[in-house]
Amino acid sequence: MDEIAPEYDVVVLGTGLTECVLSGVMSVKGKKVLHIDRNDHYGGEAASVNIESLFKKYGNYNKGEEPWKKYGRINDWNVDLVPKLLMANGELTNILVSTDVTRYLEFKQIAGSYVQQGSGAKATVAKVPSDASEALRSPLMGLWEKRRAKKFLEWVGAFQEDNPSTYGGLDLNRCTMREVYEKFGLEATTRDFIGHSMALYQTDEYMNEKGAAKDTVQRIRLYVNSMARYGKSPYIYPLYGLGELPQGFARLSAIYGGTYMLNTNIDEIEMEGGKVSGIKATMKEKSDEGEGMKFSTKTKKIIGDPSYFPGKVQVVGHLLKAICILTHPVAYTDNSDSAQLIIPQSQVGRKNDIYIAIVSSAHNVCPKGYYIAIVSTIAEGSSNHHLELQPGFERLGKIEEKFMGPPIPLYEPLESGRNDNIFISKSYDATSHFETTTDDVRDIYRRAEQEELVVEGLREGDTLVGQE
Amino acid sequence: MTSRVSTGTRPGARFAQFKLVLLGESAVGKSSLVLRFVKDHFDDYRESTIGAAFLTQTISLDDSTTVKFEIWDTAGQERYKSLAPMYYRNANCAVVVYDITQASSLDKAKAWVKELQRQANENIIIALAGNKADLVADHPDKRAIATADAEAYAREAGLLFFETSAKTSENVRELFTAIARKLPLEQAGARNMRANPRQGVDLRPEAPGTQGGGACNC
Ligand SMILES: Cc1cc2nc3c(=O)[nH]c(=O)nc-3n(C[C@H](O)[C@H](O)[C@H](O)COP(=O)(O)OP(=O)(O)OC[C@H]3O[C@@H](n4cnc5c(N)ncnc54)[C@H](O)[C@@H]3O)c2cc1C
Ligand SMILES: Nc1nc2c(ncn2[C@@H]2O[C@H](COP(=O)(O)OP(=O)(O)OP(=O)(O)O)[C@@H](O)[C@H]2O)c(=O)[nH]1
Ligand SMILES: [Mg+2]
Repeated sequence: MDEIAPEYDVVVLGTGLTECVLSGVMSVKGKKVLHIDRNDHYGGEAASVNIESLFKKYGNYNKGEEPWKKYGRINDWNVDLVPKLLMANGELTNILVSTDVTRYLEFKQIAGSYVQQGSGAKATVAKVPSDASEALRSPLMGLWEKRRAKKFLEWVGAFQEDNPSTYGGLDLNRCTMREVYEKFGLEATTRDFIGHSMALYQTDEYMNEKGAAKDTVQRIRLYVNSMARYGKSPYIYPLYGLGELPQGFARLSAIYGGTYMLNTNIDEIEMEGGKVSGIKATMKEKSDEGEGMKFSTKTKKIIGDPSYFPGKVQVVGHLLKAICILTHPVAYTDNSDSAQLIIPQSQVGRKNDIYIAIVSSAHNVCPKGYYIAIVSTIAEGSSNHHLELQPGFERLGKIEEKFMGPPIPLYEPLESGRNDNIFISKSYDATSHFETTTDDVRDIYRRAEQEELVVEGLREGDTLVGQE
Repeated sequence: MTSRVSTGTRPGARFAQFKLVLLGESAVGKSSLVLRFVKDHFDDYRESTIGAAFLTQTISLDDSTTVKFEIWDTAGQERYKSLAPMYYRNANCAVVVYDITQASSLDKAKAWVKELQRQANENIIIALAGNKADLVADHPDKRAIATADAEAYAREAGLLFFETSAKTSENVRELFTAIARKLPLEQAGARNMRANPRQGVDLRPEAPGTQGGGACNC
């Protein structure tokens, strides 16, 4: 086995999406990258796993049983551990296109975007209106409200950040979103689906925050523009599951010289004068007997996920998540092969929305006839977490198999990393998409490199990789 | 990225696209073989793979049949046993390379063949390439692996077999042509008759049928 170089510009720990995007971008920019994961697979928390691994991860079966055997070929399953989708017009799509990682992946639309009104037996589920004209046909609103919603969405559509004459006489830099809703005379139920299923806020706090109205308008525009891109929903999804995303960026990094080592434990992070100076590590496959390969190398920077730095992160919340296997599409989703369904918090007496993300064999994540639905929310209590997800389970009908572990802690770094040059990412949060993940990518890049990350044109003029 | 076959404009014309992956120990000449096949070029001082995501090259088998290879190089990720499943996914054919002057490289190649036969789909076409044949042309004593031994192993394991030189281009085209001939054109056609190469959505902003950035579509 070749020698590991004596020094790297950056050592990246963990192969989650955040780390792989950063690794890829840095390699393309000519940095010498060593990328390490303690696991035997790519993706960390953002991996997709097969059905046997899923059962083993959650351990919900009796010893000696092999319940995965009744679910067809094990490798036909690629079940996401993170319940997220890509916004078609979002930043991750932009990065994928700018870096050409789209060449290794194929994407499909998510077939529909739905929202629940009411709860229990009276719950109704309807398509989220995607533009002003759909608002006019939506069963979510009465006749007069439809016209008001249309007016509002037209105003959002005409909005230009740098042109205050499009602000509609509102002081958007200072007013709250509540004031905007009031100006358009929108009812509470309309505010609910606009704020939660279009702007994708998970709580109602956004409504009272001064100066946040602009952000809300931009979020609605992202939704509407993503929707307009392919037509069925604002979301797209990679064939074979989200775990393909980190693999794609890892490949990009490797193509530009990044060195990859799975099955590698960090034994020690070496410091000099308060700053990181190198690492000591051991590469050893699980099946290998003996010591494994020990090595050390110098580096001035480390980027890593929270699991590699338990002493340098704090818990900011807990995510509840249940992965459910179904043999039927979800009711009221027009028999869609995939969908997102949002249950806004106010409809079921909660503070945080419940999300359901559904994908199926159409996305090569399970055999024909199966659907994978992930129900998730932010934990509000310290017990009875199953009950917190109950309104979501009610939407699913018969559930063949349910995988639900303890609440998942969400971590954030305690420090920016400027002092010790250890830059730590955040956990994948409860939002339904990757916009906050790419915010974190940009933030880490800024902290580590002291410049803004510009992905546009990153690979332009790159002749080595041309197709033909 | 699965195999694609479509009938062209000419009656009876066939065009098929297949994913080909390269495997083998570091420095046996995987990237060099691809470079020779795709660009008809050779570098004496190639560093380890940098820059080639995947390359494509087309072979015309006869007047009416064209095979296009989408060739994936390991990008060095196999060096520390860190190849991603994405790399093998839907591979239709594999070239397993060893260096005829390095005995250990054939053992490594055999291990890859075993892994392929265990993990890949059962119809995958595997070719074994004993590379750097030019090195033994003038110095037969440099040879570490007898042709007959490798050939016997290949026959037993059901592999195509060539001794190649990326440097002189000996047998390089022959290797890829033999693979193209063995690929199941008919079968792929029956499974997957598609004019449109990609089944998913096209993410590029200028992609036809999509409306990009700019104005809001409210
Ligand atoms: C050396 C090696 C190591 C591997 N290691 C790992 C690993 O560590 N972890 C892991 O998860 N996986 C691993 N894999 C598995 C790999 O990721 C794929 O799952 C596997 O190659 C697919 O094989 P299959 O039998 O499922 O193919 P199938 O799904 O049976 O497909 C067979 C062939 O038919 C084609 N095909 C299938 N459906 C269609 C269709 N509808 N239309 C047209 N063509 C079609 C495919 O393109 C494919 O070529 C490995 C594979 C190999 C070769
Ligand atoms: N003489 C001779 N040298 C070759 C031949 N093919 C490759 N080489 C040399 O062998 C070295 C390694 O070749 P690469 O093509 O980089 O090998 P690789 O298998 O892609 O290596 P990794 O990317 O590290 O896995 C280079 O110095 C090449 O010039 C050949 O046919 N004959
Ligand atoms: Mg190479």
